Amino acid sequence: MIEILQKPWPWYLSGLLIGLTVPTLLIIGNKNFGISSSLRHICAVCLPANIPFFNYNWRKEIWNLFFVAGVTIGGFITGQFLSSNEPIDLNPKTIAALEAQGIDYTDKTEYTVHSGSDHKLKYDVLMPSAIFNTDTIFTLTGFIFFVVGGFMIGFGTRYAGGCTSGHAIMGLSNLQWPSLVATCCFMAGGILMVNFILPAILKAIL
Amino acid sequence: METNSKKSASVENNNTDFEVRSLDAQCLNESELVHPWWHNFKYLVVGIIFGIVFIKGEIVSWFRIQEMFRFESFHMYGVIGTAVIVGLISVQLIKRLGLKTIYGEPIILHDKKFNKGQIIGGLIFGLGWGITGACPGPLFAQIGYGFVTAIITLISAIGGTWVYGLLRDKLPH
Repeated sequence: MIEILQKPWPWYLSGLLIGLTVPTLLIIGNKNFGISSSLRHICAVCLPANIPFFNYNWRKEIWNLFFVAGVTIGGFITGQFLSSNEPIDLNPKTIAALEAQGIDYTDKTEYTVHSGSDHKLKYDVLMPSAIFNTDTIFTLTGFIFFVVGGFMIGFGTRYAGGCTSGHAIMGLSNLQWPSLVATCCFMAGGILMVNFILPAILKAIL
Repeated sequence: METNSKKSASVENNNTDFEVRSLDAQCLNESELVHPWWHNFKYLVVGIIFGIVFIKGEIVSWFRIQEMFRFESFHMYGVIGTAVIVGLISVQLIKRLGLKTIYGEPIILHDKKFNKGQIIGGLIFGLGWGITGACPGPLFAQIGYGFVTAIITLISAIGGTWVYGLLRDKLPH
């Protein structure tokens, strides 16, 4: 059983399980699926600072924080027990294009992720180790990829009123045309970044 | 006098709250029922399964996101497409059959109102998605998996949300 779970899952299984989250949350408590709202609730809990947008009864929305805590625990469980530790079956075209930009996909350097245990994971299985590495946090690379990138995620999702889960999955499931507009804009922004802006950034910093 | 001003302040807050929340993609369903706090653990369980799917489905992978936005793989489109189709069928079934929650309450779905934020904010988020390779959900899963750098990204995302709240009245909607 564990061996089956450790293998990478096919897209239809992952898609099915993500899709089923929508009715599950509705049936177990009348909750609309959405994750980026949790960032707003964290602001409301930690630093409402008299901003009307953060002064609401966040206790009513606490389920959302339980949900994202679960997502974090799920990530931990997978890393500890269900990791296949094999590289992703990526399109060779993508690998070649990224290598031309200085991102090494085949880097086999091992990093101890959870200190104090023998469990080792290869960073490059999911993320390029040249960028997503604790050594880059206080460099220009870290600033662009983590600080600026993260800011755009938080600012953009709240401005758009939702993220991939709230708009692309929940909104489209409920046939909401504003969610289709938002989803198209998410895609447009991503296409623009990956094909035009990111190559320029990588050229400058790597 | 003091109680009056306090009262009006709280009314004002409630109004803002309603207006703000109606603009937002978040739960508008005000359940009449009050549950003990530990009932929230069911959302933790759903979240755990969801977090496992995120990693095993490779949705948290920066490489997969690059591949998707370069149109070089069906994987991510397959995942999102299947999720939308399953969600769509489920929501239609819930509506047609008038299904209720496990507490017997009717399930209510709210329509989303269009505003310019979905375009401007959507583009900004798309740019962030392309560079970090993560949307808010995968960020939490990445942290659990052991990507220390995702903690910085998450803190910055919370900061971005906070700045949006601060500037909200000045931004076009």
